[in-house]
Amino acid sequence: MGEDTDTRKINHSFLRDHSYVTEEALSKPTKENRLSPSLRAAVSSQISTSDIISTVEFNHTGELLATGDKGGRVVIFQREPEVRRGLSKNAPHSQGEYDVYSTFQSHEPEFDYLKSLEIEEKINKIKWLPQQNAAHSLLSTNGFQRSEASGELSSCMDKTIKLWKITERDKRPEGYNLKDEEGKLKDLSTVTSLQVPVLKPMDLMVEVSPRRVFANGHTYHINSISVNSDCETYMSADDLRINLWHLAITDRSFNIVDIKPANMEDLTEVITASEFHPHHCNLFVYSSSKGSLRLCDMRAAALCDKHSKLFEEPEDPSNRSFFSEIISSVSDVKFSHSGRYMLTRDYLTVKVWDLNMEARPIETYQVHDYLRSKLCSLYENDCIFDKFECAWNGSDRNAFSLGEVGEKSVIMTGAYNNFFRMFDRNTKRDVTLEASRESSKPRAVLKPRRVCVGGKRRRDDISVDSLDFTKKILHTAWHPAENIIAIAATNNLYIFQDKVNSDMH
Amino acid sequence: MLTRGLKRKCSEDEAPAGPLQRQSLLDMSLAKLQLCHMLAEPNLCRSVLIANTVRQIQEEMTQDGSWSLPGPQTAGRLPRDHLVSTEVLCRSAWAGPAPAPDPADLASALQAVPATQVPRAVPGGPWDRAVPGESQGGFPRSLDQVFGTLESHGPGAVEELLSDVGGSYCDLDAVLTGVVGGAKSGPEGLETFASVAAPPRGTSCKADLGELDHVVEILVET
Repeated sequence: MGEDTDTRKINHSFLRDHSYVTEEALSKPTKENRLSPSLRAAVSSQISTSDIISTVEFNHTGELLATGDKGGRVVIFQREPEVRRGLSKNAPHSQGEYDVYSTFQSHEPEFDYLKSLEIEEKINKIKWLPQQNAAHSLLSTNGFQRSEASGELSSCMDKTIKLWKITERDKRPEGYNLKDEEGKLKDLSTVTSLQVPVLKPMDLMVEVSPRRVFANGHTYHINSISVNSDCETYMSADDLRINLWHLAITDRSFNIVDIKPANMEDLTEVITASEFHPHHCNLFVYSSSKGSLRLCDMRAAALCDKHSKLFEEPEDPSNRSFFSEIISSVSDVKFSHSGRYMLTRDYLTVKVWDLNMEARPIETYQVHDYLRSKLCSLYENDCIFDKFECAWNGSDRNAFSLGEVGEKSVIMTGAYNNFFRMFDRNTKRDVTLEASRESSKPRAVLKPRRVCVGGKRRRDDISVDSLDFTKKILHTAWHPAENIIAIAATNNLYIFQDKVNSDMH
Repeated sequence: MLTRGLKRKCSEDEAPAGPLQRQSLLDMSLAKLQLCHMLAEPNLCRSVLIANTVRQIQEEMTQDGSWSLPGPQTAGRLPRDHLVSTEVLCRSAWAGPAPAPDPADLASALQAVPATQVPRAVPGGPWDRAVPGESQGGFPRSLDQVFGTLESHGPGAVEELLSDVGGSYCDLDAVLTGVVGGAKSGPEGLETFASVAAPPRGTSCKADLGELDHVVEILVET
């Protein structure tokens, strides 16, 4: 684990020797530090475009972190146990860094012979299943469809969701009677006595095997999967339909939402994201390209085309433009840990909604309002269609006892120029941080960034026109319990940890 | 494709769009839609958003009167062509799996070029309900069906249409232009379009609402 960047291509080897930036200085605790985690970045440097990270997800304990990329690969990181040294138990020496645990190919890239195009099996979403035994399980989906037209028929192939089981093996049996150590059959004449094979320790081996393949459920681009709180079912959503699956049954699924019009020309709205309620297994929400959220109750009907609640903010007539609809399209929706609130991301804002109020969000935060005057250019270069995700901070164990008002929630989302933003809902403070090696010294506290929009410009400000729109942070994840975040910046993964100093809190 | 900073082509975006900017936005959007179906992986969400934007622009243009419903063919040609091309081009992106356009199919489809007169058939003539079902192909198939109905009107009609174009996408607009241009124009024409019901017209016709109704819908709702 040196300090130099490892530029090894992920395709060829397991990730080793990430560059961990080492701690150089601790700054004094200030208000802003709460939102500026100290930097402990695990950077996996990948060169090929098929290694662009397309999804990031912590498991339910935060011990494991999975990333999927455009080449169909999944890389799982595991957090090392914290090592506490010395007398001070408040300052562990090693805060539990993430190391590669396993990598595997989830979906295979293929070659389309009709179009002579290489098709990448981009992993759209990964979701961990709650752990029920020693093994870990996750679902991965590729969204991309391929079809082969033969005459009149075109069959839709390989829009699949796969269930993977991840197991560890650290012992192996030795002392077989019939096989030797290499597995070759022994010459029976040499066997003079019987022995009982014994399990001996071996180097830890992580095995990943596909246990289920849920195929042929979707015609369109899968944008979300969500595991139900009942731990038995999950749903998958594509542009026009949402299906409910049982984790043990692969050959059928129930369609619970279908917004496909009888005549495709009438299509004006698609499903963009969906999620199950964290506690009520009958409730789920889905968002649309027109900026609306629909909460559905599966108890009401088998086909939940009629929503139970419709959350929609009336359009602001003063801000109306040809791009109003596009920027209102919701790219991500996430329930809060308590299940009382929802967080949505559209192109320029993140919004917090209260499930009890459909008329408008309770809070709106501007992510990069300086882009509002640039929408035409962003439309031209297609950036306006970028789908950013959003995240809640880990659930504070005391959040429920403090009541909803005291819930210490911070929300996070990505932006351009490798910036990501965090909003503290209590103090209403926000901060812009950057995920890049160039701008961060090893182990230093991340420096807040600022985009200036004309007028007074401070020294380290970046002007809107020099933002790099190819560097977008679409995927971010927050550890379920601690202040650890994972940021995917194109083909790099950054993991930032908050300083674990009790004097800060 | 994406460079640092922003291109300055679109300036003062938030100011109410003048007709020129509106037109350029419309053109840009249609170009994007055209690209949509050429991709191996058509993004339905994106196509829908762009199509909605196009519709919005066209609505506003009609309201402003800058898009006159035409008397002479040529005057009204431009916007309606855009309208039409939107729909046909959109369809394959929306119709689900879009197989690669079979070169043979495409060439034959493109062979039906707009002559100056397309048979002024009964309203809804050239525009048959040629919506590919979900399980069918995308673009080439729809063109096939569109032009398939032209053939059903008799060889004479077809004669006028056929000419050798060559299979380039650039001619697509021309193709679609001509077909629409030949159809009835003017409000009366629109109404007759609107009144066309659903009976299947021939063996190759599909009995669902095709571009026709959508064209109508757009124009009528303004």
